[in-house]
Amino acid sequence: MKWDPSSMTLDQLAATRFGGHGGRLGIRFHARAADWIELALPYSDALVGDEASGVIASGPIIAMMDMATSFAIWNQIKTFVPQATLDLRIDYLRPARPGHTVIGRAECLRVARSIAFTRGIAHDGDLDDPIAHVAATFMIPSGQYPRLAPKAVDREQQA
Amino acid sequence: MKLLPYAALLGAVLERAADGTPIMMMPFHDGVIGRPGFLQGGAISGLLEVAAITALHHALAEEGGGRVKPINVTIDFMRGGRDRETRAAGTITRLGTRVANVEAFAWQDDRSKPIAAARMNYLIERD
Repeated sequence: MKWDPSSMTLDQLAATRFGGHGGRLGIRFHARAADWIELALPYSDALVGDEASGVIASGPIIAMMDMATSFAIWNQIKTFVPQATLDLRIDYLRPARPGHTVIGRAECLRVARSIAFTRGIAHDGDLDDPIAHVAATFMIPSGQYPRLAPKAVDREQQA
Repeated sequence: MKLLPYAALLGAVLERAADGTPIMMMPFHDGVIGRPGFLQGGAISGLLEVAAITALHHALAEEGGGRVKPINVTIDFMRGGRDRETRAAGTITRLGTRVANVEAFAWQDDRSKPIAAARMNYLIERD
């Protein structure tokens, strides 16, 4: 499967329709840069976890951040590899605002042989006023992550 | 016990163990798929959350009720979730006046072989 978010155009990424659980939650692509990627989770009544306040449940945000941190690795290694989430930790700094789209920004910290480390921030428009901080690690079930040799990276930067 | 809208999205329903403690059961359906034939990690996390909150409300109801807000959640994914029913149950490690520490496990065929586990801290606002 060729699915490389780092080489896809923004239009191609924006047209990506997630199936399965991500699609059911309404998660879509939001933005991308060389070292981060953002997904968006539009507000919906079906996501509510506290009916008194209308605040969405924690689960949909975790689902989005799981996807976003996974995409950050593919964005970094510039190819798709099947990978499994080993663990994910989320700290809620404040509740998400009812009616607002939640944006999940994720970046890849390091890709080792079989484990990759990521972190992310969930916000609703202002990165300096985050909803949550996330740390997630992934593993490759068989084989190894592709490696960008340091020398190849240097050559790319010099070119 | 009334379930959250988000629990309905997951298709989770309340069951009870022999001792009366709540267990959440989520059938496999298109809305919880990740890669083909497997549950999405977020759906498993969601079920763990619903199980934890249900256990908390169950325990709080015996002490006059209250509302809960998540402070943090740590999830370990141990096995891929396959295309079958998944169950999850929450255990309250400590129910304090303001904070509750909860653990939750999710399993499929065999409760002693969990597919995922979560540790959660919740802020409690008692009624």
